[in-house]
Amino acid sequence: MFAYAPAPESPAVVDLRSHYGLFVGGEFVAPAAGGSRKTVNPATEEVLAEVAEADAADVDRAVRAARAAYAAVWGPMPGAERAKYLFRIARILQERAREFAVLETLDNGKPIRESRDTDVPLAAAHFFYHAGWADKLRYAGFGDAPAPLGVAAQVIPWNFPLLMLAWKIAPALACGNTVVLKPAETTPLTALLFAEVCRQADLPPGVVNMVTGDGAVGAALAAHGGVDKVAFTGSTAVGRQIARALAGTTRRLTLELGGKAANIVFDDAPVDQAVEGIVQGIFFNQGHVCCAGSRLLVQESVHDEVLDALRRRVARLRVGDPMDKNTDLGAINSAAQLARITALAEAGEAEGAQRWSPPCALPERGYWFAPTVFTGVSTAHRIAREEIFGPVLSVLTFRTADEAVAKANNTPYGLSAGVWTEKGSRILAMADRLRAGVVWANTFNVFDPASPFGGYRESGYGREGGRHGLESYLA
Amino acid sequence: MPAGRLAVRKTYKLFVGGAFPRSESGRTYEVRGANVALASRKDLRDAVVAARAAQPGWAGATPYLRGQILYRVAEMLEARAAEFGALGVAAAEVAAAVDRWVWYAGWADKVAQVRGNANAVAGPYFNLSVPEPLGVVGVVAPADGPLLALTSVLAPAVVTGNTAVVLAAAAHPAAALTLAEAVATADVPGGVVNLLTGRAAETAPWLAAHRDVDGLDLTGLTDADLARECESAAAETLTRVRRPAPEDFAADPGTGRLAAWLETKTVWHPKGR
Repeated sequence: MFAYAPAPESPAVVDLRSHYGLFVGGEFVAPAAGGSRKTVNPATEEVLAEVAEADAADVDRAVRAARAAYAAVWGPMPGAERAKYLFRIARILQERAREFAVLETLDNGKPIRESRDTDVPLAAAHFFYHAGWADKLRYAGFGDAPAPLGVAAQVIPWNFPLLMLAWKIAPALACGNTVVLKPAETTPLTALLFAEVCRQADLPPGVVNMVTGDGAVGAALAAHGGVDKVAFTGSTAVGRQIARALAGTTRRLTLELGGKAANIVFDDAPVDQAVEGIVQGIFFNQGHVCCAGSRLLVQESVHDEVLDALRRRVARLRVGDPMDKNTDLGAINSAAQLARITALAEAGEAEGAQRWSPPCALPERGYWFAPTVFTGVSTAHRIAREEIFGPVLSVLTFRTADEAVAKANNTPYGLSAGVWTEKGSRILAMADRLRAGVVWANTFNVFDPASPFGGYRESGYGREGGRHGLESYLA
Repeated sequence: MPAGRLAVRKTYKLFVGGAFPRSESGRTYEVRGANVALASRKDLRDAVVAARAAQPGWAGATPYLRGQILYRVAEMLEARAAEFGALGVAAAEVAAAVDRWVWYAGWADKVAQVRGNANAVAGPYFNLSVPEPLGVVGVVAPADGPLLALTSVLAPAVVTGNTAVVLAAAAHPAAALTLAEAVATADVPGGVVNLLTGRAAETAPWLAAHRDVDGLDLTGLTDADLARECESAAAETLTRVRRPAPEDFAADPGTGRLAAWLETKTVWHPKGR
């Protein structure tokens, strides 16, 4: 195989500040208690910036700013005017796309190819899509006079920092709500750059507010009595806590939680296409994807053929510098996440599954995990039941479609599923029977602002994107 | 009633899995002279098992068939108008309840067209969002009246392919069980509708915490503390909860109660040659 020359993206396009404040009422402000937290580049462990650590007083201040903006400006504003602000934001995201992509890769560790080609364009597309809804809400099928809810508290994860921000803020604003958003503590920088975009767009102060910090800040925001709606994306455990905290209130809640998706390969599937889908399903974004196809269910008769092709393909994945345009797998987002992935992979071995990774040299600094495939996995193994949220694939087999369905649905989660077969009637029958909010047939991990996303069962409730996603932000 | 003939009274029992068992606890409570089964935690669990067992078959029936079966519930209710009258249900309420079954029966094969749609994604994909039933829905029926309120919470849950475990209002068990008899004679498969009489305050917390219940309708819980406790227990498995709120059951019901017990599934497939 020929060698790749390095093709590094330049970080020079990003103008990093040494300190970032909270974004409240249209201004960057110091937190009340003055705390801060360092955010690091997970590929190098270098400190990128210090970011304010909010406390309950800051959360309260942000909620009050959002309420004031809702009452005075954003709530009463005609939808056609709100739309133009969202179009403006979409355009600015497109104009500054390279800057956002580089910053996302620096702060998150994902390959620049993905932040450039997926995260940032999709984030801009989300604003563009929802801009068009802002003055058409009465045609969305949720009543003749749909009204905003008020102030939305939004807490997002670290795996797609800017894209998850877009999934939260765009529909909320389109429907006439104002927001207080808390980015994840390991990936706050693109959210804070987005705050600058809000200023550039002359978005009225207080319509979008950002409080940075850890889970305690998120908990304070989610439990704040002054909000009307809470939207959370993250783990099922935290989602459960938020659902409990909101019990007995009138506050609305949507949750996008964990997953353990089955990616089902039948014996008539074209092997090369299926292998690409398997790789995209589990190694996209280092497997830091709630809808990752983390359980491969392969029909027994083609197990060896598919696994041979899969190993050949995985051996060609390039792991390393996320800023290199040829990189397929970047850094694991944090030391804590690396420890979790490592522990679950060790459990997989200890419980008797066979572990395989291609030979690949990992950088010495930073957080890294080689792409890993476990075969001989049983449904009882922890790696078949628990969300790993890393580049680890668990391979199980099946003989009949009934068995595939039973195994696929044998999980408390229900976010996504994949089916690979050339037989159309089988695709439709499988799609009917899989208990998941998104079913990808002969494809995997594709997203679009027009397509609703969200889970069944313990993967949460509510949808984001599409016409359906509007319902979460309308009374 | 001809003089000299002693009337045969009806025994009011539970409705579980298509049968009318007594409470396994052997307990009863008295309502207007009748000894009504007082459901226990075990009865509730049996009802959830029956509902779960019936759910795939009911969801798998064609919407046309589900619609016809629900329409037949309306026919069976209409035929029992006099019996409801004897139980003290106003004729207007019976009529409204019959009409409501008819309204919801018609939704069976239309809800996918109203709640689902194609999605115009930016790529060569077929992309369709369709509603699917949640699974098993637990319902604490409101005490607003004997028949119309119960109909208004039950019919929208089952018409889309969910099965239901209903805790009937404690004050109106006879009308609820007469509705169950209509259901039982309308070709509704056993287990699709399960109806427990007794005290919701006792059984609702078990229903809320049950791990095999997918949706929870707390409309009938007037005790705010109990409602909060139930919602909190339901959070353990992310059960979808409809919180108690005042509702005018005489008004146009809209589609909100249908939507509450549906999931949205989105299917992608590439277009190519």
